[in-house]
Amino acid sequence: MSNSANEYWKANLRLVSILLVIWFVVSYLFGIILVDVLNNIRLGGVGLGFWFAQQGSIFSFLILIFVYARKMNALDRKFDVHEGEGD
Amino acid sequence: MELQTLTYIFVGSTFALYIGIAFWARASTTGEFYVAGKGIHPVANGMATAADWMSAASFISMAGLIAFKGYDASVYLMGWTGGYVLLAMLLAPYLRKFGKFTVPEFIGERYYSKTARIVAVICLIVASLTYVIGQMKGVGVAFGRFLEVDFHTGVLVGMGIVFIYAVLGGMKGITYTQIAQYCVLIFAYTIPAIFISLNLTGNPIPQMGLAGELTDKTGFLLDRLDQTLTDLGFSKYTDQKGSSLNMVLLTMSLMIGTAGLPHVIIRFFTVPKVRDARASAGWALLFIAILYTTAPAVGSMARFNLTNTIQTGEVGDPQGNLTYAQAPSWFKNWEKTGLLKFEDKNGDGRIQYYNDKNKEFAAKAAGFGWQGNEMVKVDRDIMVLANPEIANLPFWVIALVAAGGLAAALSTAAGLLLAISSSISHDLMKGVFMPDISEKKELLAGRIAMAGAIAVAGYLGMNPPGFAAQVVALAFGLAASSIFPALMMGIFYKRMNNSGAVFGMLAGLGSTLIYIFIYKGWFFIPGTANLPNTADNWLFGIQPESFGAVGALINFVVAIAVCKVTAPPPEHIQHLVEKIRVPKGAGVATDH
Repeated sequence: MSNSANEYWKANLRLVSILLVIWFVVSYLFGIILVDVLNNIRLGGVGLGFWFAQQGSIFSFLILIFVYARKMNALDRKFDVHEGEGD
Repeated sequence: MELQTLTYIFVGSTFALYIGIAFWARASTTGEFYVAGKGIHPVANGMATAADWMSAASFISMAGLIAFKGYDASVYLMGWTGGYVLLAMLLAPYLRKFGKFTVPEFIGERYYSKTARIVAVICLIVASLTYVIGQMKGVGVAFGRFLEVDFHTGVLVGMGIVFIYAVLGGMKGITYTQIAQYCVLIFAYTIPAIFISLNLTGNPIPQMGLAGELTDKTGFLLDRLDQTLTDLGFSKYTDQKGSSLNMVLLTMSLMIGTAGLPHVIIRFFTVPKVRDARASAGWALLFIAILYTTAPAVGSMARFNLTNTIQTGEVGDPQGNLTYAQAPSWFKNWEKTGLLKFEDKNGDGRIQYYNDKNKEFAAKAAGFGWQGNEMVKVDRDIMVLANPEIANLPFWVIALVAAGGLAAALSTAAGLLLAISSSISHDLMKGVFMPDISEKKELLAGRIAMAGAIAVAGYLGMNPPGFAAQVVALAFGLAASSIFPALMMGIFYKRMNNSGAVFGMLAGLGSTLIYIFIYKGWFFIPGTANLPNTADNWLFGIQPESFGAVGALINFVVAIAVCKVTAPPPEHIQHLVEKIRVPKGAGVATDH
């Protein structure tokens, strides 16, 4: 594997790792493991832990995927591995 | 106009639309039949994926599941959406770059092994076939309830519709019908939810209504629901009942399983570019989230409405319960279907709905002259199906819900059937047994495999084997423990070789099957379970449904261990992995 391809792959892994940590935090940590603690904070008529478990985690997942798609497209261009118009 | 007539008009016109699309989107090449010619716009594919994914169970049963499980049902909400994050970041773009037609095909080529490909085909067929039985049953039930058509006739009509657009159009026909089906089902789901949220909380957005205050100013919806339920001896809606370990593992199993389900993965083969595959996963989740974030509102509001319709006054006040004579018409309508059952145990002509399994409260209730919970059956499916009636919505909304339920079942069935038929015609016939088959003949074989798969699925839908109810655990367990790890290591671990992958898949698959069978009976045959399926007997307290994540871990460990002591994959395989890791050149890869 060439140097630049190696760099591209490392940057990719770094990005995915960060996003997957957030993925874990909003669902497993906020929604399940820390649910009782977070429920002490209220968001209107719903505890924050409960909200993350039934609404917030899903909204976060959505944001994560779109951020990933954007950042990866930028990485593709930076390392010149993006698809051409004709591809 | 009468409800029956309206329902026939709604269901009839959606079916006419699906058939129209079938003739417009006929497939003429194997590329069109398997992957819609790789020409689907990412937003359109997102919509089709959402319909593909959201089954009869998501549409009809999920809100009811939430209504009765409360907070604990969060595992399904997170599990069935969080998998798309894994799919988007770990699998979809790379498998799209690989640019072939099926999931077993990737496994076969990446692990340079026909055995690996055949193992993948078996996992795919077992997971997809068990899943499709539930869809066929859903079609039969929806017909039975809304159109008063016999169950078998309902399944046959459903089979006929799927036959027309799936056999003619393959993936191309299925994609465009799924887009239409998504529109029908999301409209049918959200309209009643908006009205119910408006009624209860004054907020037209159900997601906000969930956190909102009741219109009668007696407090927040969830607080009042918790209060009403505890007053009747039930546990709080927002409290956790199961163990955190099981919740974490079940969520993980459902997420990994979602990302490993072949009928979902192949949808990402249909977009033109790698970057479209990334974005398309986001669009898919957006369209799914519209339903999945509405469902918790529908669930809690339906539970609130049901409980308060019956418990009209103070708990214990002799006048506090609804008299049967005054029961609303939806109550009596659903009694007729057997999904709702009332038994006047204390003969007072009133309905008592409470938790008689709670000993303390049951003793208190006996003091009121109550002699047991009189709502002997409340099927959870009613929560969505009867919602329009409970909220007093016009007939056309009920007709719309019927069409929506059918759309959800048919779209998922078609996606699963395509995954099955392409693995038979492309992986088994073209890939293993008849490599010299011409494209024209392979296309014909694909159509025949599709027709055969529809017939088998229809037969099993009409004569469901005893294990039909267990399919969710099985399908997700298989996908999580066998397919997902093999795909992920194929992309992220260049050193992974054929022996590692095959032993890993077999170990993951085997351990998950054995764990499920020990508690649920071997091949789900009643009476063959080795241990009773209760928390005291579970290994480390892990329920069988949650074991897929453990199976996946076993797969990873075994695969890496075996791989370390066997020869590395050949040079050209390592090049293949390097190639799929970069988007550049996806156009070349599409040539088959």
